[in-house]
Amino acid sequence: MNAFIQSPFGSFLLYIVLHTIYALVVIVVLMTFCAYAVLAERKISGWIQNRPGPNRTQLPILAYIPVLGNVLKRIGFSQPLADGLKFLFKENVMPGHVKKFYYILAPCMSLIPALTTCTVLPFGVWWANGGASQPLVLANLDIGLLFILAVSSLGVYGLVLAGWASNSKYPFLGGIRASAQLISYELAMGVSLLPVFLWSAAPGETSPLNLFTIVQSQQTLWLVFWQPISALIFLVSLFAETNRLPFDMAESETDLVGGFHTEYGSFKFGFFFIAEYAHMIVGSAVFVVLFMGGWNFLPGMADPWPHNAIGSVLSVVWFLVKVLGFVLFFIWIRWTLPRFRYDHVMKLGWNVLLPLAVANLIAYLVLFAFFPTF
Amino acid sequence: MAKVIERRPLTFWERTYLPQILGGLVVTFRSIFRRHETLEYPEQRPTIPTGYRGAPTLVKDPHGREKCVSCQLCEFVCPPKAIRITPGEIPYTDPEAHVEKAPKEFEINMLRCIYCGLCEEVCPEEAIWLQDIYSLSATSRGALVHNKQKLYELGGTRPDSHFKWDKKLAAEKAAEHGDGH
Repeated sequence: MNAFIQSPFGSFLLYIVLHTIYALVVIVVLMTFCAYAVLAERKISGWIQNRPGPNRTQLPILAYIPVLGNVLKRIGFSQPLADGLKFLFKENVMPGHVKKFYYILAPCMSLIPALTTCTVLPFGVWWANGGASQPLVLANLDIGLLFILAVSSLGVYGLVLAGWASNSKYPFLGGIRASAQLISYELAMGVSLLPVFLWSAAPGETSPLNLFTIVQSQQTLWLVFWQPISALIFLVSLFAETNRLPFDMAESETDLVGGFHTEYGSFKFGFFFIAEYAHMIVGSAVFVVLFMGGWNFLPGMADPWPHNAIGSVLSVVWFLVKVLGFVLFFIWIRWTLPRFRYDHVMKLGWNVLLPLAVANLIAYLVLFAFFPTF
Repeated sequence: MAKVIERRPLTFWERTYLPQILGGLVVTFRSIFRRHETLEYPEQRPTIPTGYRGAPTLVKDPHGREKCVSCQLCEFVCPPKAIRITPGEIPYTDPEAHVEKAPKEFEINMLRCIYCGLCEEVCPEEAIWLQDIYSLSATSRGALVHNKQKLYELGGTRPDSHFKWDKKLAAEKAAEHGDGH
């Protein structure tokens, strides 16, 4: 057996199997997060509106646990399962007027980029035998950030394709709005990130676009304190990119019925639904990696965990806690702010965020030009 | 006197929206901890105010006598024609024979009823009452046509101080003995 593993083919096979398992673990964790993000959305919206939120669903097995069973019922612990099954068992209606191939392709197109971006996202740290820190990541790309920007913006193609393939006017308007919004905010988002590259590209650094390098550069102080304007622009653009309120122009149920997913039902709608939350979670994770110090404990404090396996687990947990905090922030914003008017969204993107991002970039360029070792 | 309102231009921070957004976040965060207004229905029931117009029912008087005399006024007044009465006669052997009439069958179609309360208003015997029954459900249309038995089950008895027919009977008896008016 050992000889087989050490042979070139054996080690290749082992590599494939191990990485498939890693990928499955990451996807399972992400999907669980998505399911419970939906629950969190419903619970928090309820609490903000002085309602209890979903509190009736109960698995028969859990009902037998004395006190905890009731608590789990009240917090809606089994609700995601019921939601998922509902989407799965609904009648799969295909309207007669749609472009069938693209109609089915669109939900996949919106979910796949969200799942793909999490391959390059570092979510923890481990220490090799020599003490050098290594990222816990599926694929440690040198251009990780570019990869994320490129792939995550593909997600909007799903919405545009859905709007077009539905062959009906409200989805079409939703798709058009999604693409206009993407173009306006992608620019500001990209420009707002350039100072981050400048920051992490310290003299002697070979891979400044690597997400792990960016996190490691925030061990003393998080980037949100060094570059608050970049962080603000990135956060606002992130809301626009993930199509969350106050920027959910593509959905906009008050004026566009349901927006891009008007003609969708059952599990195809479920795909859009999961994709929205997956985008939100991955977006939060990117924000945490770039600006909130990733898995670093607190600004100005050394990590309190040891440099071994337990420390690795704690770093992942701490990272997930931060991501969860941002997901809750996304939800909190959604139930606080009303939707922007469409022309205001465009104005905010082009007249405010883009000039601000450019000015921000120039300011940091001047700063780094005069103090290259700052 | 005209009141002069000063319209000062927005400050820089007001134009960024950011303080307002933070203020909004504080408002929504506070409301998380407020009391829930939800009435969790099957376990908790709303308190029904007096005079509530729920399902119409037939009632008996405190002696257990059926009050309806099948005069059919409610049937005639009912705007959606939900009531259908089959009048019947009270046999001579019955202790209540002096009332003469009682419904043989009394049907209220709850799928037609509009809960207007005109039947209760028009009834000279105070026999039909809209009570606090607000939740009616059935698995068939037929089950929602309440028959006489169902109507008395829902109605029960209501306190009544008139005892109109008892007084009438007593007056008749007194007249027979000659010490009447």
